[in-house]
Amino acid sequence: MAKHIAAKVEDIPPGTRVSVEVAGRKVAIFNVDGEYFGLRDACPHMGGLLSEGVVIGLVEANKPGCYNYSRGGEIVRCPWHGWEFDLRTGKSRFDPKRWKTHSYDIEVGDGKEMHAETVDVSTEGDYVIVKF
Amino acid sequence: MPYPPVGAIDCDLHPAVPSIKALLPYLDDHWRDMVIQRGVHELDSISYPKNAPISARPDWKPEVGKAGQDLVRLRKEALDGFGTKFAICNCLYGVQLLYTEDMAYAFARAVNDWIATEWLDKEPRLRASIVVSPQNPDYAAAEIDRMAVDKRFVQVLMLVMDEMPLGRRRYWPIYRAAERNGLPVGIHAGSAYRHPVTSVGWPTYYAEDSAAQSQAFQTTLTSLITEGVFAEFPELKVVLLESGFAWLPAHLWRLGKFWRGLRMETPWVDRHPLEIAKDHVRLTIQPYDAPPRPDDLEKLIEHFDSDEMLLFSSDYPHWHYEGNNAIPDGISRALQNKICYDNPLATYPRLKEAVT
Ligand code: FES
Repeated sequence: MAKHIAAKVEDIPPGTRVSVEVAGRKVAIFNVDGEYFGLRDACPHMGGLLSEGVVIGLVEANKPGCYNYSRGGEIVRCPWHGWEFDLRTGKSRFDPKRWKTHSYDIEVGDGKEMHAETVDVSTEGDYVIVKF
Repeated sequence: MPYPPVGAIDCDLHPAVPSIKALLPYLDDHWRDMVIQRGVHELDSISYPKNAPISARPDWKPEVGKAGQDLVRLRKEALDGFGTKFAICNCLYGVQLLYTEDMAYAFARAVNDWIATEWLDKEPRLRASIVVSPQNPDYAAAEIDRMAVDKRFVQVLMLVMDEMPLGRRRYWPIYRAAERNGLPVGIHAGSAYRHPVTSVGWPTYYAEDSAAQSQAFQTTLTSLITEGVFAEFPELKVVLLESGFAWLPAHLWRLGKFWRGLRMETPWVDRHPLEIAKDHVRLTIQPYDAPPRPDDLEKLIEHFDSDEMLLFSSDYPHWHYEGNNAIPDGISRALQNKICYDNPLATYPRLKEAVT
């Protein structure tokens, strides 16, 4: 699995997201309270840019009228038709087995000796790195 | 069009209350006095107007009175006519129209006792639905508990257009009582006339009214699913009566499309609406709205992705076909057997008990 520098850490503060092109792949990177998640930036439905979607929490119910809210900010809704995707897995909420978008491992590193297409790699600071 | 196979189970036929006088012996003393003192008229509505073709087939219409009011004729024309093993009486009398909860409850009790005595006691092939007063769901639930003791009552009966969409929690005591007693809830075409019969206002012609019924069924089914009735009552079955059925897959595809994008509004809807309908919803076949080419009918039914959803109904004495040809063309023999026998038995546990 190769590592690719996607962005500088300061470009994606908590609560924000960016869309980057890394080695020919469009990746949406979300920062949720300091934790990074990467999804292929194309909705499996009709290609909406997930990087432009609103993030919400996970709403579940064990009976009607009950709204168990958890994992605030970890579900992105596609801006086109509202499908929800889990930032941790890329799986849709309505049919996780059949409908999902690719999810990428993300790590933060100093970027030494790494190749970067879109980011000007200096010796200072940390980088957000996508692995595939 | 073929006949139903011998021994079919007719899931929708309509004995008629000849007049309010027939119910007087079955009303409590107070309500009998009130009907007379207040001069309460027949509880007829604009559903099934007497001369509209849908209300009675000409050869099933008596010289005087209402089609379906005479047991001898019903026995000959419907039971012997179709060779049915069991037939479920859905009595359409305007109990649901009343604005007073108490009188509606009294009439529901009277209609049920009248059915038991005048029909079920006299004809062993007949079964019936429990008429309830949705004006007060707690009373309705009490009536379900009262009548369910009699195993010849196999279902609860409601109308598709009531005060509000039937999925609302206001109605849940009815569904709770139905589930508790192992009874499906039959939802029949018709209205309590609290609202226009179309969502865009009152129509002008009967044809519009008839066509609008399936819109009401679509909205009602949507309400049952989105409000979570089937999540709350996982054992509940709902039977749509005189609903038509061709609309079902297309409507649920549409609902499913919106559910995918708006799932978090109704997180208890945990699978595609069509999957929920396959588990919980059944539909009777008359009147049917089928494609003009018989070959296309089975294709249409394939869209249900289930051969368990359709139930045979004669809809006697309403006029949708001639002779005993109550099965639409284009349904294979195997599917006819499912529709006429297996599916009704699977839907109505009390009928299953009666044959085993
Ligand atoms: S393109 Fe994403 S939901 Fe339709």
